[in-house]
Formats: sequence, C-alpha cells, structure tokens
Amino acid sequence: MNQVQNFTKGFIKENPVFVLLLGLCPTLGVTTSAINGLGMGLATTFVLVMSNLVVSLIKNAIPDKIRIPSFIVIIASFVTIVELTMQAYTPALFDALGLFIPLIVVNCIVLGRAEAFASKQTVYSSMIDGVGMGLGFAFALTLLGGVRELLGSGAIFGINLIKGDLMLVFVLAPGAFIALGYLIALMNKVVKS
Amino acid sequence: MEYFVIIISAIFVSNIVLAQFLGICPFVGVSGKLSTSVGMGGAVLFVMTLATMVTWVLQYYVLNPFGLAFMQTIVFILVIAALVQMVEIILKKVSPPLYQALGVFLPLITTNCAVLGVAILTIQKEFNLMESVVFAIANAIGFTLAIVLFSGIREHLDLMEVPKGMRGVPIALVVAGILALAFMGFTGLV
Repeated sequence: MNQVQNFTKGFIKENPVFVLLLGLCPTLGVTTSAINGLGMGLATTFVLVMSNLVVSLIKNAIPDKIRIPSFIVIIASFVTIVELTMQAYTPALFDALGLFIPLIVVNCIVLGRAEAFASKQTVYSSMIDGVGMGLGFAFALTLLGGVRELLGSGAIFGINLIKGDLMLVFVLAPGAFIALGYLIALMNKVVKS
Repeated sequence: MEYFVIIISAIFVSNIVLAQFLGICPFVGVSGKLSTSVGMGGAVLFVMTLATMVTWVLQYYVLNPFGLAFMQTIVFILVIAALVQMVEIILKKVSPPLYQALGVFLPLITTNCAVLGVAILTIQKEFNLMESVVFAIANAIGFTLAIVLFSGIREHLDLMEVPKGMRGVPIALVVAGILALAFMGFTGLV
C-alpha cells in the first residue's frame, strides 16, 4: 500500500465512525455543534498520532504478553497531556467536552490502530496512518456536529443560517442517534456505489 | 431519600446509555440477542461496582493525599484493566458456571467507557463511598435496562422489511434514538 492510500483510507473507505463503527461514544456525546465535534476530533487525532508513533518505535521492546496494558499506559499518558493542555488554553471547549476527554483512553480507535497497525508497521507509515485515521474521525464528528447544529439550532460553526421553527430534538440526545443512523445509511450508499 | 434520588436519576432521568452516551459500543455490538445482552448487563454490574469502589478508595487515600490527582486517568484505566483480568481468573477458579455466563464479556469491559466514566463521575460529583457504590449499581441497572429493551426490539427488527441501505446498524441507531426519546419523558422527575 502506498502512503497516499494509507493516508486517505481513513476518510471514506475505512472511516472509523461511518464504516468501522468505532468510537461511537464520543461521536454521539460531543457533537451538539460542529465546533465541539472538530475539537474532539483534533484532540483524538493528536493522541492517535503520538501513540502510533511511540508504539511503533518501541514495538520490539514490548513483550507480547503485556502489549495491551503497555499500549494503554502510552495512550493514557498522551490523553493526560491533552487534558491538561486543553484545560489551560481552551477552557470553554474543555467544559463543553467534559467527561469525554479522559474517555479518549477507552476510545476503541486509538487502541485498535495501535494493536492492528502501529505494532506491525514502520514508524513512518504508522504516523501517516494515525494522521489519516484521526482526520477521518474529525471529519465524521464535524459532519455529524454540523448536521445536528443546522437542524437543531439553525447554525453551522455558530453562524446563523436558518430562522424560524427548528427541530430542537437534534441537539438533544435522541437526535444524535437518529442523525448518525441516517448518516451511516448515506455512507453505505456512497461507499457501495 | 438521597439514595432514592441517586437511583432514580441514574436509571431513568440521565440513563447512562441513552442520555449520557457511555457504553455505546457494547450497546450496539452485543444487543443482537436478548440472552447475550442480559449476560453483558450482569458482567457490567459486577465490574462497575467493584471498579468504582476500588478507584474511589485510591482517589481519596492515595492520589489526593500525595497530590497526584492529575494521574487520575492513567491510574483508573490501569486499575480497571487489572481488575477485569483478576475477576476473570478468580471466577474461572471459584465459580465455573458464572464464568461460563459472563466470561466472554469480561475482556470487552476493559474498553467499555461506561466503567471508566462512572468511576470518574463519582469523583466529579464528590460522592462518599456509600453513595458511589449506590450510584455505580444504579448506573449498571440503567445500562442493563437500556440494552435489554434495545435487544428485545432488535430481535423483532430482524423480521421486518427494512430498506437495503438502512439494514443493520443504521436502523438500530434510529430505534435507539426513539428509545432515547421515550426516556426523555422522565426528565424533571427528580
């Protein structure tokens, strides 16, 4: 596989949310607006790239039996870095994302890529994979956040587009499930055709 | 009275799956059959209660006195991972029938964000130990309720004529949305 394919596969063909169905908790939990989705996506991208980098660097030093706990420690360290950085520099986003920042640790995408890709591949392709998958995740979250924000409060990235009666349910919990369901159905259609 | 409020609000008003979006992976992943979702609920009840107790004690007797609160995420996830492994080994020896019932679900629980989520939430809400245990049990019951209801609906959904693109996960998510809508009826109860 060449590096271009390696990079672009995360967006449509192997999109972590729409196709692989990984990391659905933050996907549903934080996407009340496009900007929250983007923030969460970028935070996850950072953790994904750095943990892929470190895992592929030290893959030969980790005994096979304790590789999962080792991966979790590496991931948790980077999540703590993100958590403290966001608390210091973007307090509003930190409050909006809340519990879901420490929960990046248990995001199946991060551990999944470490186990399935970074522990077998070179440092360079692991980093490309991390960037591609992370941005694919960010793309999915921003799209879902944008759809929910537009339908629920008539705006995208806080810019008002629609006036009048709106479907408030889309910014509440049920709207998250329904919007994601239809987006996945749409993606099925796009990928298969 | 306080405990009653904690229980009702954790099970119905802010249901962990349908209102707080924790534990969606097992909720979508293992809810195909009613029997497996009951098993998953049992395993979550067991691990969540134990994990919340252990992490609460660690937070107040180790992390806080030594000024290590920033290590919370790393310590909690390691404790949960180790705990799940231990529970698995002990169950295998002590109670083979229980292991038969819960065994396959235990490894999945390490990456179930509901467990870590509840452990962190009890610290954020500043509960005492007893309240934390009640909160954990109530949340686990809420999780079981949601997943059992959902799998009951999904079993019927298999027999329905669903448009091709919507089959499988998409229609399941829409159903979950309608279920969440129903649970919104409990808003304002406590």
